[in-house]
Amino acid sequence: MPGTLNQYAAIVGEDVIGHLRQLARGLQGSRVVHVNSTREGGGVAEILQWLVPLENELGLDCSWEVITGDDTFYQCTKNFHNALQGNQVSMPEHLIEGYEETNRRNAEELGAKLEDADFVFIHDPQPAPLLQSFPNRRGKWVWRCHVDVSHPYRPVWKYLRGHVEGYDASIWSLAEFAQPMPHPLYLIPPSIDPLSDKNRELESWEVEAVRQEYGIDPHRPLMVQISRFDRFKDPVGVIRAFRLASAFAPLQLVLAGGGASDDPEGEKVLEEVREAANNHKDIHVLMLPPDANVTVNALQRAADIVVQKSVREGFGLTVTEGLWKGKPVIGGDTGGIRLQVINHHTGFLVNTPEGAALRIRYLLKHRNILKQMGRKARQLVLENFLLTRHLREHLTLMLAITHETMERIEL
Amino acid sequence: MLCDHYRKGGEMPEAFTVKDCALIALGTGERAQNLRELRDRLLRVHSGCIYHHFWGGLLKPRFEEPEFQNDFAAWVYHGLRDAGLAERMALIDPGEFSEIEDLRRELVEVIEERLSESEFVPWARIDQQFYFIRSQIVVFDTDLRPQDPESLHLLIPKLSVGSVFYHFIDARRRTSSKRDDFSEWLLGLGESCLPLVEGLAKIDPYFSSLSELRTEIAQVFAQCTEQKGG
Repeated sequence: MPGTLNQYAAIVGEDVIGHLRQLARGLQGSRVVHVNSTREGGGVAEILQWLVPLENELGLDCSWEVITGDDTFYQCTKNFHNALQGNQVSMPEHLIEGYEETNRRNAEELGAKLEDADFVFIHDPQPAPLLQSFPNRRGKWVWRCHVDVSHPYRPVWKYLRGHVEGYDASIWSLAEFAQPMPHPLYLIPPSIDPLSDKNRELESWEVEAVRQEYGIDPHRPLMVQISRFDRFKDPVGVIRAFRLASAFAPLQLVLAGGGASDDPEGEKVLEEVREAANNHKDIHVLMLPPDANVTVNALQRAADIVVQKSVREGFGLTVTEGLWKGKPVIGGDTGGIRLQVINHHTGFLVNTPEGAALRIRYLLKHRNILKQMGRKARQLVLENFLLTRHLREHLTLMLAITHETMERIEL
Repeated sequence: MLCDHYRKGGEMPEAFTVKDCALIALGTGERAQNLRELRDRLLRVHSGCIYHHFWGGLLKPRFEEPEFQNDFAAWVYHGLRDAGLAERMALIDPGEFSEIEDLRRELVEVIEERLSESEFVPWARIDQQFYFIRSQIVVFDTDLRPQDPESLHLLIPKLSVGSVFYHFIDARRRTSSKRDDFSEWLLGLGESCLPLVEGLAKIDPYFSSLSELRTEIAQVFAQCTEQKGG
């Protein structure tokens, strides 16, 4: 269950919520529809599960619609997803036809609901062609891209661009991802929900239970990296950093991830990780189910240092989660990690396993600095990467696109 | 009492309208990977980009003193690894330029000078390009209406950083005098408010965070109160 504005006020302060209420004043009763392709699972559904109720609580008339399709449709959109992230994929004609047909059918079912809405937010490529079925649409239509499109596979992007350039605006997570379009390109980084199972405060027994479950010694320092087993996350480099650092100080490592079942590459990387770990008693390689949110939360809280040594990263929400738990993060100097790891303040940006090992040793030796960084880390997330900031920017965007001017909107 | 002159006139002055603002960033699709590209893009990007990369940092996460006060200097240092140019660019104070176009010209001039003295054009890694961003500002009323400087003084510590940005930073590009909103309002109250206005004019907004600025503004009000004997 998502939290209420009052519950979030207890975390971020009344003034932040007051700010949201003031922004929402100009949007009272506006009909807002969000459209994506799944009600559960995945980052987009996670966002909509809190965004829709909070927009309603602020006085907007907000709803969430999910388009449905068959296997051909999902095969096509999975290929799109991979292509947007830079993989070369082939797109047979029948997949494209199935994709467009599915969108036409869903457009008929959604009909007036979308046509009469004041704002329609279309999330990711799955429902992107819906726009073309509504030539008489009343409101503003915004395409929200949640994917890292910094290096898309061009032929697929060229096709998709044809579906999205007609929108009134688009939203991107980072400036690096924003592709040129004939409409305003809004930049809204993602956020975390401090009341979700992955981020809520835990009782000490909950953390202890997870320590016991995985045989983690509470008396020795722990570094944790939570991420898919993917070469871009450099899990083998993390093991190397652990080995270098643990030669000087007692240390344990948890590498926890999941979701490798539908990803043959993931299975292979996991094998390489296990080989690199070589049954070391202090390296814990954990395959977690997708709903292991409390376990992830507990592991991050049990950690002394959170690591995200990616060599390529979109935004890096696991970094945000670690910082929120008051842990300094040693992160790869790439993508959205740079927005969050403020060198020497909330953690360290590194380029090599050696660099990571050096910073781990430094932090374990200077416990006072580790704690100080942890406090700053939490503050950074409190002010910049919680869902209240995300919601504020959504409201600001809605106000902005209803005005002609690009510079200044006086309400 | 901070300023008493206006009261002697007998007329109730117009209250100060406290506003707040929210900024939202916009991508432009413009990027630079080397110094010459930076110069070329600077010549053609929207003036809002120049403003954003000088002042937008105030609304970004920062701790203690940032290494560089503007995004261009930071990128030249971290992306192009040109410490000398970064220092020269960091020294450019946007407050010294009444028009954004003058600021643009100064930036280009500093880069041109560097290009003319170096034997090669420095490049950044592919994942360290400079992305030009601009912002839209949405301004809204807070319903707060301090009637006199004393009421404003009491209110200042409680102002949001958005209000501080709007009244103390954004005002400089809105008002013909290029002053902050507090000073504009105080000047309308009469000459006795001049010490307060002069105090506010001494605050250098470029080297402080918004919360530090709020403290500095409150201090100026407090000092004037003391000088007036409370």
